[in-house]
Amino acid sequence: MSTDTARRWVQSLAALVIAAAVVTGAAACSSSSGTTESAGNAPTASATTAPTGTIVVFAAASLKSTFTALGTQFQAANPGTTLTFNFAGSSDLVTQLTGGAPADVFASADTATMGKLTTANLVSGTPVNFATNVLEIATPPGNPANVKSFQDLGNASIKTVICAPAVPCGAATATVETATGVTIPAVSQESSVTDVLGKVSSGEADAGLVYVTDVKGAGTTVTGVPFPESSQAVNTYPIATVSGAKNVPLAQAFIDYVTGTDGQAILATAGFGKP
Amino acid sequence: MKASQQYAGIPKWVLAIAIIGALFVMLPLVAMVVRVNWAEFIPLITSQSSIDALLLSLRTSSIATLLCIIVGVPMALVLARTSFPGQRILRSLVLLPLVLPPVVGGIALLYTFGRQGLLKAPMDFLGIQIAFSTTAVILAQTFVALPFLVLSLEGALRTVGTRYEAIGATLGAGPTTVLRRITLPLVLPALISGAVLSFARALGEFGATLTFAGSLQGVTRTLPLEIYLQRETDPDAAVALSLVLIAVAIIVVGLANQIGSNSRLYGERIS
Repeated sequence: MSTDTARRWVQSLAALVIAAAVVTGAAACSSSSGTTESAGNAPTASATTAPTGTIVVFAAASLKSTFTALGTQFQAANPGTTLTFNFAGSSDLVTQLTGGAPADVFASADTATMGKLTTANLVSGTPVNFATNVLEIATPPGNPANVKSFQDLGNASIKTVICAPAVPCGAATATVETATGVTIPAVSQESSVTDVLGKVSSGEADAGLVYVTDVKGAGTTVTGVPFPESSQAVNTYPIATVSGAKNVPLAQAFIDYVTGTDGQAILATAGFGKP
Repeated sequence: MKASQQYAGIPKWVLAIAIIGALFVMLPLVAMVVRVNWAEFIPLITSQSSIDALLLSLRTSSIATLLCIIVGVPMALVLARTSFPGQRILRSLVLLPLVLPPVVGGIALLYTFGRQGLLKAPMDFLGIQIAFSTTAVILAQTFVALPFLVLSLEGALRTVGTRYEAIGATLGAGPTTVLRRITLPLVLPALISGAVLSFARALGEFGATLTFAGSLQGVTRTLPLEIYLQRETDPDAAVALSLVLIAVAIIVVGLANQIGSNSRLYGERIS
């Protein structure tokens, strides 16, 4: 019987460990979605020559396609430079940066999140606003529920998915709700724009509130319905050099490119507004 | 005889590696406990949204575990006690949710039970709408947790063999009586540990729920989804809630092991 006692004890312990691992593992899988690569040994450029080397750019998830295109152009225009991007939710990126992740440039989807990084003394200089974004209604292709205005979303028979107030797109949604006096009886409050778009493009929801650029980026999988009240909540995107950046000249050159004519043209094509 | 007087035939290097393995699992838990803001702990975990999330998680995980038992026991019996062409393939397919990323499971469920899914016609006919409901959460949890129960029960069924069942049958017991009086009592410990694993998996379920059920306080936002959302604005709350999730899992596993060891004694008595 004593072997059984010992075995039982070991089994109990094993079950505890497995259960704890299952539970924590599932929660942990969401904690870090971005990939980070170290900047390597960036050669320091002298002030007179064009900056070369490598920088790491942390940018909001909503900038992914735009910044990828912009980065390719920047590298073509500046031979000898390499940009490495890490795209994730702005809050995630701040968590990574305060945790010591190496980066040279940070582009946030809203000023509040950039503020968090400034508070943490991780911003070098003053952040520059480089783009704006407003909300738009996304519907499944062809708009089957015939959503025409923001007021329509107050109708409970239209299944609307929005972002939770805790995330920037949800905060913008709440601002428009307050300004218009329309309360949306949302069937779900998602943690990210991607989750809202997923529910809409799959036809699960009749409508979702996302950014103009998200609707444009989703192509034919969703149909956009712009609404004038969106001007009540304009999201401003700031960009800044991270303190401790390994290659400050190149970081500054990239920021100049984003705020310059070429960068602004690409951003405008993607649907971003002028700051 | 005490367990300590037994022959402990484990080489020292095995023990050393086992300790490293245990540390690998335990250290992250310790790291999290260290990070908890204890001064704010109680207010953080007793906010309305936290309590809603915890109660919803307990409710849905319990129902999901019950569903796993109801359909999982017959599945394990069929896989362990019968043989038919294609059984191996069927077993692999049944166990698929184990290796599938939960998000993929969620997408698959969406394409099955969603508004535009495979079962659109019959569900429209019956007037059933699952999307964005607590039912969707339970379905997602059952989907990912079911293999844990089937796997552990099927293994136990194969291990105990069919000797007692055959004797029972020769003494005139019908198949249902054999199942009820012999088979199930024999594998009860495995059934309980399988159910506990299923519960733990359902409790931690995140990806499939987020993809398939959405996230609304009190309806579909379970504890893992609440943690994910809180992390955006309040990392302290996220850590505190994670600790609650772990505590719940440890309590449930501990209780179930207590029940399990009692029933194991019972199992030994009848055998």
